[in-house]
Amino acid sequence: MPNVPDVPLDGLYGDLILEHFRGPRNRAVLPDADLEAEEFNPFCGDRIILQLKLDDTGRVVQVGVQSEGCSIIQATASLMSEAMRGKKLEELEDLAGLFRETMRGNTEDENPSADLGPLQSLTVVRRFPVRIKCALLPWVALEEGIKNYRSSQTRDQ
Amino acid sequence: MTDRNASTQKGDPLLEFDVAKIKDDFPILKQTVNGKPLVYLDNAATSQKPQSVIDALVDYYSADNSNVHRGVHTLSQRATDHYEEARSKIRRFINADDDRELIFVRGTTEAINLVAQTFGRENIREGDEIIISAMEHHSNIVPWQILCQEQGATLKIAPIDDSGELLLDDFENLLNPKTKLVSLVHVSNALGSIIPAKRVIEMAHAHGVPVLLDGAQAVAHCRVDVQDLDCDFYAFSGHKLYGPTGIGILYGKADLLEAMPPYQGGGEMIRSVTFEKTLYNVLPHKFEAGTPNIAGSIGLGAAVDYVNELGIERIGAYEKQLLEYGTELLSQISSVQLIGTAQDKSGILSFVMDGIHPHDIGTILDAEGIAIRTGHHCAQPLMDRYGIAATARASLAFYNTREDLDALAEAIDRVIEVFS
Repeated sequence: MPNVPDVPLDGLYGDLILEHFRGPRNRAVLPDADLEAEEFNPFCGDRIILQLKLDDTGRVVQVGVQSEGCSIIQATASLMSEAMRGKKLEELEDLAGLFRETMRGNTEDENPSADLGPLQSLTVVRRFPVRIKCALLPWVALEEGIKNYRSSQTRDQ
Repeated sequence: MTDRNASTQKGDPLLEFDVAKIKDDFPILKQTVNGKPLVYLDNAATSQKPQSVIDALVDYYSADNSNVHRGVHTLSQRATDHYEEARSKIRRFINADDDRELIFVRGTTEAINLVAQTFGRENIREGDEIIISAMEHHSNIVPWQILCQEQGATLKIAPIDDSGELLLDDFENLLNPKTKLVSLVHVSNALGSIIPAKRVIEMAHAHGVPVLLDGAQAVAHCRVDVQDLDCDFYAFSGHKLYGPTGIGILYGKADLLEAMPPYQGGGEMIRSVTFEKTLYNVLPHKFEAGTPNIAGSIGLGAAVDYVNELGIERIGAYEKQLLEYGTELLSQISSVQLIGTAQDKSGILSFVMDGIHPHDIGTILDAEGIAIRTGHHCAQPLMDRYGIAATARASLAFYNTREDLDALAEAIDRVIEVFS
């Protein structure tokens, strides 16, 4: 990672984001996912397919993410995929809510939310308002996926 | 930093612009963005406004503001005179025959929709065909799709080659007795390709088919002579011609406009109204329902004055030199691929980079004070044609310089560095 002190990018292309962009995690396609969702932003071509496999207790045991587009969506999708394992859907919803709230929050707040863990590295995107949607798209997919999963569960009962 | 001196020689003195002096006419260009001098290379999205245009708006609102074609009082007369003077200036600029042939609209999009909803509804029937090209802006696709759906007509797409040139033989082969209209982009906003408009119009006219040209990207960069082109309709926006937003022109041949039903109903467009029957006003007022964008029209007139003073041919020649310089600079960067390499091309440098999304390019360039456009440029079918989702696009105007393009190339090096 080259040092870029004279470019006021405020760490947008910081170590963790570029690392996840270059080597995104959990890219395998899950053949038997319980939950699946796809989101697409036609303006820039950002696309994500998110798959989750749940265990008997409803916790995420496997995550599959296929994303394409800019560095921000790819890094977000990868960081998100790492944060999901072992969590229940309600916890994921809380995390999505917290992330969304943080991203739309006060840009002056240097310590937005310690609860975000490594995802906190993405809060730098708040300084680039037109790019926030890139970081939110994977979460939209997650929320849509959970919604559809629940309605299919209700139907099956 | 490698030597960026492309081999382009300092040009013909006739073409040498005093760009420093010209830049001085544009107050917005005298600023820094992210601590760097602004390099504005997003002129295809909208151009900047010279002080004279800004002054025209301020003067109108300060001294003459009133409604047009209504009052008997002095201000109304002045506003009407300025409004109609602007129409005449623009008429001369595109060499139309008659002021009645110029309709003030909000912009290119409204101009095309006007034709679709009036001429289109009147003349296009079930089974008929409309021809557009593969490199249209959405504003020259969607109005025709809506019309085709309403009328049961079909949209035919004239293909382009990989360089972005319209395939003339394929275009000609699409023309048949069912073809009722051809609507083509004069200069592609995403590729810069200039179509051989005169030939295309001759081909269409040989089949008795009228032609609309979407001139949004043309009027500010090359001479447009609607009589020489013999086009039936010509649409453009003021804001890409150094004028204000919210104003544009639909040119139409008088006999076609006369035969068309009105677009919107309201004031201004009528001659007399009773609850039983309304008589429509004469051209061009038939198509200008409601209080028009008076200030915008006057501002556009001032923009045309400004362009005339520089000379549209000189502008075109200067921008061509800049384009050649920029093309050579970007061609030297191995990870940059230019999209749109037509022989006859306007000042647009659309490009993609290996493994780097255009939005990341745009963000890093912005950090360097350089404004470009990234995305699909409202031409998704064209992006699909090239198998890409988006490009980064630098688009030129006469106030740009070789130094601006040097800055662009250096910032692209920065992008490569960040992602290396």
